[in-house]
Amino acid sequence: MLATRAAQALPNVSAFKTSLLKVTKWNSVLVFLSLLFSIPLAVVFGSLFFPEYEVWEHLRATVLTDYIGNSLALLVGVGFFSLLLGVLPAWMVTMYRFPLSRQLEWALLLPMSMPAYIIAYSYTGALDVAGPLQTMLREFTGWQYRDYWFPEVRSLGGAIAMLSLVLYPYIYLLARAAFIEQSVCVLEVSRTLGCNAFDAFRRVALPLARPAIMVGLSLVVMETLADYGTVQYFGVSAFTTGIFRTWFGLGNSLAAAQLSALLLVFVAVFLYLEKRSRKQARYHHTGSTYSSLMQQRLTKGQGFIALVICVMPLVFGFIVPVSLLINWAMDTYAEVLGKDFYLLLFHSLLLAFVTSVLALAIALFMAYSNRNNQSLLNRIMVRFVSMGYAIPGTVIAVGVLIPFAWFDNSLDALLMESLNISSGLLISGTVFTLVFAYLVRFLAVSINTVEAALVKIKPVMDEVAKTTGMRAGTIVKRIHIPMMRGSLLTALLLVFVDVLKELPATLILRPFNFNTLAVRTYELANEELLAEAAVPALAIVIAGIIPVIIISNSISRSRPGHE
Amino acid sequence: MNKLLFIGLLFVQQLSFAAEVNIYSARKEALIKPLLDHFNKETGIAVNIVTGKADTLLKRLEVEGRNTPADLLLTVDVARLIRAKEKGLFQQIDSELLNKIIPENYRDDDKQWFGLSLRSRVIIYAPDRVNEGDLDSYIDLADKKWANRICVRSSSNVYNQSLVAAMIANYGLEKAERWATGLVGNFARPPKGGDRDQIKAVAAGVCDVALVNNYYLAGMLESSQKSEVVAANKIKLFWPNQDGRGAHMNVSGAGVLKPAKHKKEAIQLLEFLVSDYAQQWYADTNHEYSINPEIESGSVLKSWGKFKADDLNLSLLGKHNTDAVLLMDRVGWK
Repeated sequence: MLATRAAQALPNVSAFKTSLLKVTKWNSVLVFLSLLFSIPLAVVFGSLFFPEYEVWEHLRATVLTDYIGNSLALLVGVGFFSLLLGVLPAWMVTMYRFPLSRQLEWALLLPMSMPAYIIAYSYTGALDVAGPLQTMLREFTGWQYRDYWFPEVRSLGGAIAMLSLVLYPYIYLLARAAFIEQSVCVLEVSRTLGCNAFDAFRRVALPLARPAIMVGLSLVVMETLADYGTVQYFGVSAFTTGIFRTWFGLGNSLAAAQLSALLLVFVAVFLYLEKRSRKQARYHHTGSTYSSLMQQRLTKGQGFIALVICVMPLVFGFIVPVSLLINWAMDTYAEVLGKDFYLLLFHSLLLAFVTSVLALAIALFMAYSNRNNQSLLNRIMVRFVSMGYAIPGTVIAVGVLIPFAWFDNSLDALLMESLNISSGLLISGTVFTLVFAYLVRFLAVSINTVEAALVKIKPVMDEVAKTTGMRAGTIVKRIHIPMMRGSLLTALLLVFVDVLKELPATLILRPFNFNTLAVRTYELANEELLAEAAVPALAIVIAGIIPVIIISNSISRSRPGHE
Repeated sequence: MNKLLFIGLLFVQQLSFAAEVNIYSARKEALIKPLLDHFNKETGIAVNIVTGKADTLLKRLEVEGRNTPADLLLTVDVARLIRAKEKGLFQQIDSELLNKIIPENYRDDDKQWFGLSLRSRVIIYAPDRVNEGDLDSYIDLADKKWANRICVRSSSNVYNQSLVAAMIANYGLEKAERWATGLVGNFARPPKGGDRDQIKAVAAGVCDVALVNNYYLAGMLESSQKSEVVAANKIKLFWPNQDGRGAHMNVSGAGVLKPAKHKKEAIQLLEFLVSDYAQQWYADTNHEYSINPEIESGSVLKSWGKFKADDLNLSLLGKHNTDAVLLMDRVGWK
């Protein structure tokens, strides 16, 4: 049996039962944390209780079908292409040896460091009707604009392409980690049972890797729904553009929050369907011998095809856009670089570091509490908190802004009354608020990654360890942590890269005189100064590459029997 | 512990009395910072700034309430100034200097907001495909002869919203809607990109005319990117409505916030921003028209000559903003 039904064996069992008190204490902290991080989401959902009939009637009559249709198309398109770009290369670089396969292992992750809005800017700059390529084409052939066909970058299809190119690494990352962890025996046995290589992939490896791939896919789906920069720039009316328009154009933030709540319902349904579809099967490896994975060497012809397949996402998701950025940056770096610039870099790195460490700690805590106490309430709360990833940063920011300012103002009023002192705004408008908003938005990433890793640790291991007299803490330290090291690092670095790229919440919540690389890139690009924007954009990409390479190395090392 | 808290709070309170002024700015940092630095050098008053989109800044001000650290709100469109006024965020400012320099239709009747620089939304066209004589007014762009020839950016953009609001104010909702229907029918492509994109599209032959803010064209003509200069030189500017009400105008502007803890400094900054030095900087660097009619425009702006500006009271743009957005939704202006 490859997949065993092990639901009952999960250790809500005795490992921690010994001290019931501890469980409840843990639980109350979990409840507190979940509630804390749910506040912004609750603010969004709360808006549903104040329906804005008039605005909704207008939206329904005019633009709502567009929003829903385009968002669904984006979802399906990006989901499909990221799966294609993510799973296939992951399988190939794990199982086969072909030219450059070793380098591709990590290089395929690189597009992850590229914010979607930046890849959108760079392709538009190059391929747009007024860009250098089409201009050259017209000059060379003497054609007019209407005389030839050229793919339109700024379109729904273009948005799907851009988002897929930078989001597929989430799937690639998790799929590859899953393939690597699979017992060789399982695959070899499947071959002896008459599976050919493709069958082994389709009938054994893929189902085994499915939970991990699905985690990747749900991150992609949520990121797609929350994207604003790309769809807005491409003129695609999706849900997020609708939210902004309703808010900014109509000045109706309540209706905008309601649209976001509707978006959340989409996500909830997706998450539910995904969970339900694999409810019957909890996947655990049952094999006990992990032997080194033998990579199959491909023939020249096969190797070439594999190389082409694996190189494509890298070329279009990273090499081309980065070359374009470098090309622009050459013209402008002298005026953009400066003391001020290093401060931006410092701010970005600091925020990313602090947030990723906190997110990992909280995710670990939640994942463990959930593992120890599989109550429905716990599960629902952790699920709810991880929905933040699907909400546009601006909406999260407002969801943070409202309760924090309320707290500050209430405290101030209280102090004024009793001591005649004004405390002003204590936490609003500080870096603390910003980090909090990041956590609300990105906790999903670390929770999902940590949970996926924890699920793979067989409950039976805990049981065995217990019989040797290990305490819960020791089990975690000596068994869980080493087994999960790769995933924990992944969780850490994913959030790090995400924060580096984050724009809308940063824009709204940051303190005075506090800029980040993303903010600077946006401000320049928004004034349509693409060449000037290229330098900070490149800095984001470069700062993101380093963690990406670290992630990849740690995964390679996690391969059983890897040297 | 209590003592410590007390001292801490005193400290917090003290901080807000230093010579400084805090700005929430919808104008991008790069397009205002040099002026603020100059102000700081001249007066010693420290200037702190958070930039962002106007509406999110408004939201932030609203929820921060009376404790907001901000003293001044700066926007790049009059509609948002009026929205801020309607939300009761501004206070009345009595400054002789401001009233003297800023023409009446570019500041608030209740002295709550003040225009700081002027821009016009103009027609640009490709001279090799369009006869200047065929161009006339905004209204004329709804004419069938422009079918498939017009580029303009999304209706989410506030400059377009203000233009449509002006049409509503000038011609009434019904006529404005008929006009917008015709205009959208003449689009050469679904709206995308910013104003510079429309200029490039006309230069590349995607469309023959476009609606853009004048300073974008000027910025491209003086760009460090060769391709922008080449594109900008392929097109020409046309002043619309010269036989009618005049070209549509908009302002960037600011108002002092009600809870401002540095009101004096905020007013000082406002007065600096309408000074000859600042106004000359707006004209030379940002290619905007000075709010002060006495100030000379930069060379590019001068080359476009004098024009008749619509003297519509800008408050009306704010009043009709929501109507404009709803209208654009109805006529399918994406």
